[in-house]
Parts: sequence; C-alpha cells; structure tokens
Amino acid sequence: MDKKQSDHDVNLKGTLVSVFFVGIVIVAMWVAVYLMYVAR
Amino acid sequence: MHFHKYEKIWLSFGIVSLIVFLSVVGVSAFSQNHTPSGGMDTIDPEKVNETAPFDNPGVTQLDEDTYQVAIVALAFGYNAPDLRVPAGKEIIFKVTSTDVVHSFTIDNTKVNMMVVPGRVTTKSYTFEKPGKYLILCNEYCGTGHHMMSAEIEVY
Amino acid sequence: MIAQPERKIALWHLGVAYTAFLIGTLMGVLQVFIRNDALQLPAWLDYYQILTAHGVLLALIYTTFFIFAFFITGMSKSLGSFGPKVRLYSWVGLWVTLLGTVMATVMIIAGEASVLYTFYAPMKANGFYYVGLALVIVGTWISSFALVGHYMVWRRNNKGQLSPLFAFMTVTTIILWIIACLGVVATVLFQYIPWAFGWTDTINVELSRSLFWYFGHPLVYFWLLPAYIAWYTIVPKLLGVKVFSDSLARLAFVLFILFSIPVGFHHQLTEPGISNFWKFLQVVLTFMVIVPSLMTAFSMFATFEISGRKKGGTGLFGWFKKLPWRDIRFTSIFIAMAFFIPGGAGGIINASFQLNEVVHNTLWIVGHFHITVGTPVAMTFMGLTFWLIPYLTGRRFTKRMQRLGFVQIITWSIGMLLMSTAQHVLGLMGAPRRTAYSGYNDHPSAMEWFDGIISNHVTMAIGGTILFLSAMILMYIVIMTMFVSPKAEMPEQRVEFPLAESDMSHTPKWLENWWIWIGIAAALIIIAYAIPLTHMIQHAPPGSKGFITW
Repeated sequence: MDKKQSDHDVNLKGTLVSVFFVGIVIVAMWVAVYLMYVAR
Repeated sequence: MHFHKYEKIWLSFGIVSLIVFLSVVGVSAFSQNHTPSGGMDTIDPEKVNETAPFDNPGVTQLDEDTYQVAIVALAFGYNAPDLRVPAGKEIIFKVTSTDVVHSFTIDNTKVNMMVVPGRVTTKSYTFEKPGKYLILCNEYCGTGHHMMSAEIEVY
Repeated sequence: MIAQPERKIALWHLGVAYTAFLIGTLMGVLQVFIRNDALQLPAWLDYYQILTAHGVLLALIYTTFFIFAFFITGMSKSLGSFGPKVRLYSWVGLWVTLLGTVMATVMIIAGEASVLYTFYAPMKANGFYYVGLALVIVGTWISSFALVGHYMVWRRNNKGQLSPLFAFMTVTTIILWIIACLGVVATVLFQYIPWAFGWTDTINVELSRSLFWYFGHPLVYFWLLPAYIAWYTIVPKLLGVKVFSDSLARLAFVLFILFSIPVGFHHQLTEPGISNFWKFLQVVLTFMVIVPSLMTAFSMFATFEISGRKKGGTGLFGWFKKLPWRDIRFTSIFIAMAFFIPGGAGGIINASFQLNEVVHNTLWIVGHFHITVGTPVAMTFMGLTFWLIPYLTGRRFTKRMQRLGFVQIITWSIGMLLMSTAQHVLGLMGAPRRTAYSGYNDHPSAMEWFDGIISNHVTMAIGGTILFLSAMILMYIVIMTMFVSPKAEMPEQRVEFPLAESDMSHTPKWLENWWIWIGIAAALIIIAYAIPLTHMIQHAPPGSKGFITW
C-alpha cells in the first residue's frame, strides 16, 4: 500500500516526454531506412 | 516487482512499435517475396567451373520474363562475362565462390549477397531504371578486396 | 578503499587495457588517412593488417581488460576482500589473457593474420593467431570463475539474502559471457586450429560463421552490460539518489541472459545455408532483447528527474538544469547515453530482416558500432577511468585533470559525431566497409558517394584526427593518475568509488535463482540453433581448403 503511495509522489512527467523522444528517434530512423529499402 | 504508470505506457509503446516493425518486414518478406538473399543449394567449391550453371557463367534467358545470371566470385574479381540484362524483367542472380567469402553487391539496389564457398546464393531482383550499375565486393577477402568490382548494364 | 592485492590486480588490468587502447587508436587514425589517400604505408605494412590490429586491440582487448578491472574492483568493494584462491586465479586469468593477446598481436604484426577480428574462414591465418584468441577466451574464463567463486562464498555466508546490485549484475554478465564463448571456443578448437595446423584439410565454412556469430552478438552485450552496470549503480550516486528500481534493474539484466544469445543469425541475414524461417525466428528474438534496453532508458531518465527535482528543479524539464554538469564523471556518461539513442535505433534497423540488405557490410555498420561500442561503451569506460585509477592508486584527481577530462570527452564526442555521421550517410549510399582507399576505377556511383557535404573522406579524416587527439589526452590522464598525480593525503582529497544505494526490500528472491535463467536461456538457444546447425553439419558441402589472400 505504501508503495502505491510513494509512486504517486514521484513526478516523472519529464521522463515520459524524454523516453518518447527516444521512441520518436527510433521510429523515424526505422521508417526512413524502410522507405529507402522500398525505393531500391 | 512494480512498474511506474509511465513506464507501463512507455514499454507498451515500445513493444507495439517493435511488433509493427516485425509485422511490416515479415508480411512484406513472406507474402510479397521480399526475403533477403540466401538459399540452401550446395556445391563443391573445387568443381565450380564444371557445375551448372557456373560452367557457363553470364546471362541466360529462362523464359519470356525471367533471366538467370550466374556469377563466380574469386579473389579479386567476378567471372561474369558480358553482364547485360533488360529492365522490368525478373533477374535471378546465382553466385558462388571458388576461394574465400565475398559479396556480390550491386550499388543502389537490393542486391547485397554474401557469397560463401560451398554454397550458392540466390537473389531475385527486377531493375526499374536502365543504366550502368557498379558491382562490388563488400566482404573483406584479402589485399585486393577494395579493387574487386565489375559492372552490369541494364537496358 | 579495497584491499591492496585487489587494487594491484585491477591496476594491472587497466595498464594492459590502456596499452591496447594506445596502439588501437593509433591504428584507427592511420586508417582514415589511408582511406583519404593522404598516407602511403611502407611496403611491410598493409591496410588490412592495421585494420585487424585496430579491431582486435580495441574491440576485444581494451574492452575485456577494462571490464575485468571494473568487475574486480566492484566485487571487492561490494562483497568484501578476495580470499587467497580468488586472488590467485584472478592473476592466472590476467596472465593467460595477456599471453593470448601478445600471441595474437605478434601474428598480426608479422603479417600472418590479416584476417580481421572476425577471422572468417577459409582465409587461413597462422595457427598461433587462433591459439592466441583461444587463450584470451580461456583467460577470461579463469578470471570469471574467480569472481563467481568470490560471489559463491558471499552467498554461503549470507544465506537467503539477495546479493548487492553490483555483484548481481557482474554475475549476470559473466554467465552471459561463458555461454556466449561456447560457440567461438567450439569453432576455434574443433574447426580452425586443426585446420590451420594442417591436421584436417578442409573446413565447414558456413558452420564456422554461424558458431562465430553465436558468440559475436552476445559479445556486444558483454561490452554493453558493464556500461549498463555503471549507468544503474554508479550514476545515481553521482546524482545523490538511490537506484530507481532495484527489481527492474535486475529484471532487465536477466532478460539479457535470455535474449542476447539466440540472435546471431541477424548478422547472417544475406547469406546462404540458413533458411528464411530460422533467420526470421532469430530476428524476432533479437527484437526481444531490445525490451530491457527500453526499460533502461526509462530508469535513467527517471533517475535524472528524481535527482533534479530533489535539487529544486520544477516544471517539465527544470530537473535537467539541476544535473551535475560540472562533474566529469557524470557528464561523460550522460553523453555516452545520448550516443546510444541513434546507436540503438540503428541496431534495430540492422536486425530488421530484409532491411539489412540496405546496410549490410556498408560503412553504415562501421558508423553503427562506433556509436555503440565506440562511444556509449567506451566513453562510459572513460568516465569510470577518471575516478577508478585514482581510487586504486590513492592519488588525487586534480582540478587540472578534471578540466582535461572535459576536453577529452568533448573532443571524443565531436570527433565521433563527424566520423560516424559521415560513415552512416556513406553506408546508406552504398559505400562498402573494410576497404582501403578505392574509387572503383572512378566509377560514377563511387564518385557520387564521396561528394557530399558530410559524406566525404575529409569529414571522416577530420573526425578520426580529433578522436586520436582525444585518445592521447586520455592516455595523459591515465598516466598521470596512475603514476604522477599527488597522493591524496586529506580524507577530502580521496577519490571514492561512487556506488549507489539500492533498495532491495521489494525485490523478489527468484530473480537471483540463476538456474531458472540459465535453463530458459539454454532452451531458447536450442530452439533457435539446434535444427539449423544440425542441417549445416549433415548437409554440408565439401569443405574448403585454406587461402592466404593477403
């Protein structure tokens, strides 16, 4: 129970935005090379 | 074991992305025949020049819309005389080696084949644009590796 | 401070590591100049000899010796001083690994082994090159078992307790390493050595390649996991917080045992002898091993944010400014992590089955491993070196050295950014890897590659030169902190081993039941490899004789 409590206290909004930045880099790079593959 | 709510969101996003990537390449590979080069055929690396189709390397027309190109890779060049193929037709490349590992790579195409002695690598490709394409070896094969190249003309 | 004998063993490892680093980076800078046609080697030296030395000394030797220095120090720190047997076998391991290194290096210098660190058959090097490499592996096994022995003593004395996070992660890495090496040991012992010494006439080439890559991919995790150990256990201490989640850190590590091994075929996607089904199966397994890295990304940002907020950072990104940017121990590792974002993303592309045709054996791959092992891993090791050597020698890490550390890290970052970006772009255009200077008879396509603003030989040469300067600055710091810097006399001058606290109260005990993980890993390996390898053996073509083509 106290675990849940502490979880609510931790504000990780910045972390969420940061990891999604990582995610976007991954998806963008992958899509770019995929399109190169299709074009060849 | 406890995951923060945001970590669950992140991992779900990540795993779904990976599944999408895999599905895209998997479907394209297995339903539209876009698998990478390969093949399970074997050959005696010392009898390549006596074994079909490498006893007669070069371009052979198989039928109306299909051509086969047999190539022997060796340090440091390709035994592939007179490489001229038409655009818009399926070209089946078959490559093997008489000595070490090489590659048969055609610049600006999907043809990027590893060539392993004792094995025949196969790749089907259709050129869209006519022109002269550079062929090169991109697997290290010795002192002359960076000189190992050829050209194929698409008409 | 840890006990004197362990300090000595660790310092010897670091000495060998940085000797290899010095020679290896020199070989690197020579390459970019040869490729630029700005340098002609003397007749007795060949581009591919240099390339072999660069790969072996940096990718295999620098990493391995550094990793063991870090493990030995950390295991002594977190589990207590070594017993006499553990010490003895740590020394034996060091000497055997060093003997193998010297043997392999001599063969490379003698021009008997210009086969690169992947040594693909049927290029046949001098048999002693393979013996040297085998000894390197055997030596690391001896050192590994010494550390595992130390861990087992601790477990016996602390029944029912979870081991400290550092020790847990070290043991994970060692388990992964031992299982991974089985492949390369099998091929070197049963295929290469008998063939190279003429006891057998021919070699099964495709089998040797597959056994090599069974080892070759987990090898990169053997490099990466020690960097992750630093990220999980050292970085939070530098930030003044605890490990974000002890249980998730351990879970990520056991996932690496499971999924980093049955994935070697993704290095062989464009070759014959493996059917598409098995290639694709290993592609799927490769994608599984991405998950623990995604978990790690979250843990790292969470650690940063918690620390920054504790120090008064507000808003969405206020915490970012509160990070200890003036601490080179942190900044170096932060930059290392940042490089791993495009590095990891590139790895996903490489493993994406047919997309591999776009990048396979092009300069993209060279760019890729320079922003994975060459920066995220190597720069983490540099960031550790700054405090690890003075910690072990009892010397000070002076203000001057700290400033030099910044210069070193920033130059490495700039050099690598230039060089690896050029390599990535060139690779996408089709320029091959592992080649000396060549314009392919001035073929228009080849001319086009090197004509870009980023994609040209000059960018690569400038990047390579900056990298070499950076490496020399690092060598200066290493030598100063090892032999010259003033001794730390006041307690506040002493350099610490920054090991973060980790709250284990919610960590399930089954995470440390190794037999579960080894068992599942073995099952996955059998599923992924048993049938295709058996097929390679049973349906083998006539084997290949050896060729010396250099």
